[in-house]
Amino acid sequence: MTSTPAAATGSNAGGRRVFLVVALLVAASALGFVAFGNIGENLVYYWDVGQLHDAGDKAVGATIRLGGVVKEGSVDWQPDDNHLEFIVTDGDREVPVECSGAPPQMFREGIGVVVEGTMTSGGVFTSERLMVKHSNEYKAPEEGMSADDRKELYRTVEDL
Amino acid sequence: MISILGRGAVLLALAACSVGTVTGAIAAMRGSDKALRITRTAGWVFGLALVGATLLMEYALLTHDFSVSYVAEVGSRSTPVWVTIVSLWSSLNGSILLWGFVLGLAVIGLVETTRDRYPYQTPWALSVAMGVGVFFTFLIAGVANPFEAVSPVPADGPGANPLLQNHILMVVHPPMLYLGYVGMTVPFAMGAAALLAGRLDAAWTRLIRRWMLIPWGFLTVGVILGGWWSYEVLGWGGWWAWDPVENASFLPWLTATAFLHSAMVMERKDQLKGWTLSLVLATFLLTLLGTFMTRSGVFNSVHSFTQSPIGPVFLGFLAVATAFSVLLLAFRLDSLGGGSRPLAAGVSRDTAFLANNLLFSAFTFMVLLGTVYPLLNEAVTETQISVGQPYFDRMGAPLGVAILFLMGVGPALPWGTGSLGSAARSLAVPGAFGMLVVIGSVLGGIHAPWALATFGFGAFALGTTIREVFAPALARSKALGETLGRSMVTVMSRSRRRYGGYIVHVGVISIAVAHAAAIAYQVKEPVTFVKDTPREVLGYEVTYLGAEWEDQPHRKSHKAKLRVLEDGRELGVFEPRLNYYKKMGTPIGTPVVRSGLTEDLYFSLINIDEGAGTASLDVMLHPLVWWLWFGGALMMGGTLVAGWPSRKKSPATKPATASAAK
Repeated sequence: MTSTPAAATGSNAGGRRVFLVVALLVAASALGFVAFGNIGENLVYYWDVGQLHDAGDKAVGATIRLGGVVKEGSVDWQPDDNHLEFIVTDGDREVPVECSGAPPQMFREGIGVVVEGTMTSGGVFTSERLMVKHSNEYKAPEEGMSADDRKELYRTVEDL
Repeated sequence: MISILGRGAVLLALAACSVGTVTGAIAAMRGSDKALRITRTAGWVFGLALVGATLLMEYALLTHDFSVSYVAEVGSRSTPVWVTIVSLWSSLNGSILLWGFVLGLAVIGLVETTRDRYPYQTPWALSVAMGVGVFFTFLIAGVANPFEAVSPVPADGPGANPLLQNHILMVVHPPMLYLGYVGMTVPFAMGAAALLAGRLDAAWTRLIRRWMLIPWGFLTVGVILGGWWSYEVLGWGGWWAWDPVENASFLPWLTATAFLHSAMVMERKDQLKGWTLSLVLATFLLTLLGTFMTRSGVFNSVHSFTQSPIGPVFLGFLAVATAFSVLLLAFRLDSLGGGSRPLAAGVSRDTAFLANNLLFSAFTFMVLLGTVYPLLNEAVTETQISVGQPYFDRMGAPLGVAILFLMGVGPALPWGTGSLGSAARSLAVPGAFGMLVVIGSVLGGIHAPWALATFGFGAFALGTTIREVFAPALARSKALGETLGRSMVTVMSRSRRRYGGYIVHVGVISIAVAHAAAIAYQVKEPVTFVKDTPREVLGYEVTYLGAEWEDQPHRKSHKAKLRVLEDGRELGVFEPRLNYYKKMGTPIGTPVVRSGLTEDLYFSLINIDEGAGTASLDVMLHPLVWWLWFGGALMMGGTLVAGWPSRKKSPATKPATASAAK
């Protein structure tokens, strides 16, 4: 485009308008395409232990917020190299979790937690973010649970 | 007693704005002066009643009158006075009351600025604004009633949400956002009035612009203060997480910013009327969407209150307001008539403004999509997901850099027809400056592509802005032999709107550069310290000296004392803490931030184990964070320069006196 004034008249202006509309539509759909693609690659899944198991290989490399309970007797905390290992359970199935960083003050066995991270192909959940849930009472997610109740499972202290 | 008085005030407000909505419409359709007078009175009664109701609630909070339901919900005898005052916006019903308070003030402001002027649009504007008032007072009187009588009266209350009590910034952040959100009602009413009356002249356009600028400024400050609060309190070391509720405040900011630019085209060229008015209407609708998302509990977020019946009501109002806006645009837009002065194509400021609007629209679309996608997905598949931060960062970075580029080009271009050659001449120096900054950054070891792009285009935009600010003053001081400072003052005071805008631009550049640097170069090291054993962390020598408890009436704090040395020189003893609040099982941290011009040293306490003599912390370095807050201050200052009312009331006389002075 050079510096021609837009005061052009007649069919020229009409053609120009059509051209502009088409250009805008192309740009908008390109943006939409890129945006949707990008969203697809950057989803965070809110899963419990069962859903994580059911997802299988789909969980490897995906970003997941895993909700569950810290299994009694499973916590292994190495303060020297800041390495934390424990098992998250829903009372039935289990996932081993490795965390870099220290456990929050309220962290203990039997408490509800949400860990954000991903599954490795070795079957270990690696996380850099560990959140402790409001209450110590943790209800395992059940079949037929309402979406709101399920959401409540992921509500953590940080979410307040 | 206060329950009854408060409820009476709210019902009075409801009656007043219902009357005003109807009489305003009658005044507009019949041209009746009497109806207009009644509407104005109704506006005042509405505003004063809501201000009164809010003051009554504050009084009830301060006197610990637990017979009022809201006080029983959030009040406490043990909290400090400032916490008691800000408890007004610590929970749903109180914050809706605060919303009403601001709306009351806005309606009074609208009544007074339009008194005896703009005869065609004013009655409609008052009618629409009070129509919005009907909805909100209906909420305050009904589902969100904070004035219910409680019996038996409890002796004490639980206190406000601990996150609010944890930092003084909570005093200002929410009211600023409310002033921004609610203030958008006024431009909405004005835009709708232009369509209803079928008239949009330059004077009305300027009025909308001014009334958009005010809430825009508050929104800007509110968003930045929210980021600051997050940084100072939440302990994760960030200020922006693309949390749905943060996005909800950012969306109307984006469309309002687009409006502030396209309004200049509308005012000057009488073009883009439909588009510009769409932005005004959309901004208000996005504030409603934002409030719905914040207050209905559809998202898990720092900001969401508990599940509330207010959600569906809000969604209903949002639907009505959207339908109203779309119908208005569809059926009334033609009545405004087309512009007589066509836009120029090619290398002109017109084109730059168009591109600006396209970029801001794309940004809005991108954020909106990422924000509502999880909701849509959940509705369809019943699985819970969220859209991760990388989506927003990846989409936002190119758009943000393109906006910086335009910011460097636009102000240097002339309105109408410009030539590529003259544009290149005026952009050569800023362009070279940008290149130099990029080269310098690469030599300095910065290789992150988006950081480099932001630095380069930021420097470019800064160069253009400085040139545009100083060139006219330099020319004047040369021509008249004045000092440069004197010329600056004269030139700037003559077009404060433009220079205010440039100051805002510099603020935006500062924020963009700081944000890009911090994203690319922040470092975090989790460390578990053993008592009295010095550790080398991120170039500092840190010794944990032990823990200490501090008792306050409303909380207990567990502090970790850390001595920090830089190159053997002691920086001081820092005390990050964990705060334990009544009725709250888990502690909330208060990190310690040592702020500097080039980087912040940040200590976030994770746990203290006194038995083992250890304390675990996240130690972080955040580059250039100070420049975020500085940029925010510049944006606020620039908005004040641009929007401060002129001393001379009548704008018509101003150019005449200015030219007489020459």
